[in-house]
Amino acid sequence: MTPTIAILLIITFVLSTVGLLLLIWSIANNQFSHGQAAARTIFSPGEEGHSEDPARPADQPFTGDTSEQAAAIKARWTADQSSRTAVLTWLSSSVFWLLLGSLFGLTSSIKMHLPEFLAASEFLTFGRVRPVHLNAVTYGWASMAGIGVALFLIPRLFKTSLAGGKYAVLGGFIWNIGLVLGLSAITLGLSDGEEWLEFPWQVDVLFVVGGAMCAIPLLLTAANRQVEHLYVTSWYLMAALVWFPILFLIANLPYTFPGASGATVNWWFAHNVLGLWVTPIGIGIAYYMIPKILGKPIISYQLSLIGFWSLALFYSQVGIHHLIGGPIPTWLVTLSIVHSVMMSIPVITVAINHHGTMIGNFGRLKDSPTLRFVWIGALMYTVSSLQGSMEALRSINVITHFTHYTVGHAHLGMYAFLSFILFGAVYFIMPRLTNWEWPWRRLISLHFWLVSIGILIYVVSLTVGGWKQGLALLDAEMPFMDIVRMTLPALQARTVGGALMTLGHLVFAFHFIAMLMRRGTATEQPTLFRPVVKENAQ
Amino acid sequence: MKRALAIMVGAALILLLATLTLVAMPYLQMSAEQVPPDLKPYTEQQQRGRQLYIANGCVYCHSQQPRDPGFAPGDKERGWGRPSVPGDYAYDQPHLLGTMRTGPDLFNIGARQPSIDWQLMHLYNPRAVIKGSIMPSYPFLFRHVDEPVEGDKVVNVPPPYGPESGKIVATDDALALAEYLLALDHTYPAPTLPKVPAKASPKSDESKEQRAP
Repeated sequence: MTPTIAILLIITFVLSTVGLLLLIWSIANNQFSHGQAAARTIFSPGEEGHSEDPARPADQPFTGDTSEQAAAIKARWTADQSSRTAVLTWLSSSVFWLLLGSLFGLTSSIKMHLPEFLAASEFLTFGRVRPVHLNAVTYGWASMAGIGVALFLIPRLFKTSLAGGKYAVLGGFIWNIGLVLGLSAITLGLSDGEEWLEFPWQVDVLFVVGGAMCAIPLLLTAANRQVEHLYVTSWYLMAALVWFPILFLIANLPYTFPGASGATVNWWFAHNVLGLWVTPIGIGIAYYMIPKILGKPIISYQLSLIGFWSLALFYSQVGIHHLIGGPIPTWLVTLSIVHSVMMSIPVITVAINHHGTMIGNFGRLKDSPTLRFVWIGALMYTVSSLQGSMEALRSINVITHFTHYTVGHAHLGMYAFLSFILFGAVYFIMPRLTNWEWPWRRLISLHFWLVSIGILIYVVSLTVGGWKQGLALLDAEMPFMDIVRMTLPALQARTVGGALMTLGHLVFAFHFIAMLMRRGTATEQPTLFRPVVKENAQ
Repeated sequence: MKRALAIMVGAALILLLATLTLVAMPYLQMSAEQVPPDLKPYTEQQQRGRQLYIANGCVYCHSQQPRDPGFAPGDKERGWGRPSVPGDYAYDQPHLLGTMRTGPDLFNIGARQPSIDWQLMHLYNPRAVIKGSIMPSYPFLFRHVDEPVEGDKVVNVPPPYGPESGKIVATDDALALAEYLLALDHTYPAPTLPKVPAKASPKSDESKEQRAP
C-alpha cells in the first residue's frame, strides 16, 4: 500500500506544480482577457440583438443593414451548405437508431414486469434486448446525432466552409456498419460481456476508424478558420473528439485487464463516455444555441473556460463511484467520490451561463422549439449532474447502488439532458440544410409533450421505486421477493413513460423524413410553436 | 491552429492523468494481489457456462460482489457471503461484478443452492420454484422430448410449468450454465481481508462451517 500512497503524493505534487505554471503562463500571455468580445464571436457583424431562430434565409429576422453585414450572413449560408451532405448522413442515421433503440428499450421495460413476454427466443431474451437498447441509443442515436450537429457547427464556429466533408460521410458509413455488426453480435450472443463495452473488440475498430474520419474535417476546417478566437463550443467539440477515440481504444483492448481491475477500466470508460463524450457535445451545443436564439451573448465568458477545464479535470476521474463497496482499493473509490463532488464546480459555472443568459427571456420558450428543447436539456444537465454528485457520496450510494434509482438517473442525463438538446439542435439545423420549413408546427408540439411527459413518468417512478428498493435491500428482515413485488408498480409506470417517449420518437422521425422529402406546403413563416412570429429578442 | 492544438493536447494530457490514476495504478496494485489458495480455476465446462451467462446478459440483473457488512449490512445478512476481494476474481475475464440487483447477488449462489436439479428447473422456469419471480425463463436451453434416452439429464418440472406430455431435457448449454452457477462458491476465507474480526465473524457465514480445514 505504501508505494501507492507515495505515487499518489508525487502525482499530487507534480499536478499542483504544473497547474501553477499553467496559471502563470496564462496570466503572462493574456489568456484571461478574452472577455465578452470573445463571447460575441458567434454573431456576424451587427447581428447581436437579433434572434436566429428558426428560419430559411428569406425569413431571417436579420439579413444585415449594410452590404458588409449582408455578406457575412451570405457567407454563413454558404458555410451551412458546405456541411450539408455530411450532416444529413449522420443525422438521418441517428434518427434511425433512435427508433430502433427505443423499440428495444420498450421491449426490455415490458419484460421486466412480464417475464414471459417474448421469452421463447434466445435472440429476444432480456439479457440481449437490453444491451442492444443501450448500445443503439448511445453509439447510434446520441453519438451519431452529436457528431452530426458538431459537423454543422464546425464551419459556423470557424466561419469558413467545411473542408474534407467527404471523409465525414465515409466515416458515417463505417460507423453504421459497426453498429449493424455490433448489435447483431449482441443479439447472437457474442457480447464482450462488460456494460457499455458489449460490442466485440473486432467490431470496435470500425468505430475508432469512423470517428477518426470525422477528425479530419475538424482539423482541416480549423486550419482554414477565419475567426481570431475559438468560441467555447469549439473547445468542447474538439476535446470530445480527442477524448472518445482514446477512451474507446484503451477500454476495448482485448485480454488486457482481468478480474477486478477489468471492472475499474470498465467503469472508468463507461462514465467517461458520458462525461467526456456526450456531455461536452451537449453542453457545447447549448452554449451555441441559447445565445444564438436569444441574440444575446452568454453572461460570463471567463466562467465558461473555467467550466471547460474543470470539467476535463474532474469528470475524467469519477468513474469508480460505480464500484463503491466493491472489491477494489479504497483510495481509488475515494478519489472518484472526491472528483464526483468537485464536479459541482463545472456544473455550476455552466448553469450560471446557460440559465443566467436566459433570465429575462423566458417568454421565448413559448414560441421557439429549439430554445424550449435546448434550455430544458440544459436545466436537466444541472439537475442530473448535481444528483450524480450526491449519488456518489457513500451514505447515499449505499442505498441507490444496485437499484432502479440509478437507471432513472441515467435517463435523466442521457435523455432529459442530452437527447433534448439534440432534438432542439435538429429543429434548428434541418431548415437551414434543406431550405425547407418544418411542415407541421403541431407535430413539433406533439413530439415535445409526448417525450416530456414520458421522461417525467419514467424518472419519477424509477427514482421513487428505486429509493424504496434500496432501503429495503439494506434490511435483511425484508424477504427478497417482497422487494421484487414492491418495485413492480415502478417498472410498470416505466413502461408507460417509455411508450410515450417511443411514440414521440415516431412523430419526430416522421417529421424528419417529411423534411428530407420536402413534404408539406412551403410556409412563409418560420415554424414556431405559436403561429404568429414575435420578434421580442432583447 | 496553434490554440486549437493547445486545447486538444491539453485535453489529451488530462485524460492521460486520469488513465494513470484510474487504469494503470489500480491494475498494478490489483494484479499484485494474492490469489486465495482455495480459489479454483474454472473447468472447461464452467467456462463455457460463464460464456452463456455473458451471452444471455445475466449480469444486467445480478451482481457478484457482496459489500462489507460494516458498510451495507443487508448483503451479508441475506446470506450473500463475506465481502469479496480482488483475488476472488483472478480467473474472471471479463469481470462480471454487475451493477443491478433486480435479482439477488450470485457471488455464492453455488453454496446457497447447491442442487443442480434446482438450478436447472429455475433456469427452465423461475416461477416453478420461486413464486412471483420476474426472471425470464430460458426454454431455449432445454429440449422437449417424448422419451428421454440414456444419458439425458431430465428436469422434472412440476405442473403447471412443465409440458402436458413428454419430458424436459437439459441441453449441454443448460448443464454448462448450471455448473458455472454451482461453481460460484466463494465461502473460503479471504487471505487479504483484515484479520481483526477473524475471532468472531467469518464462520457466521451461513452455510459453510464444514469447510474449515
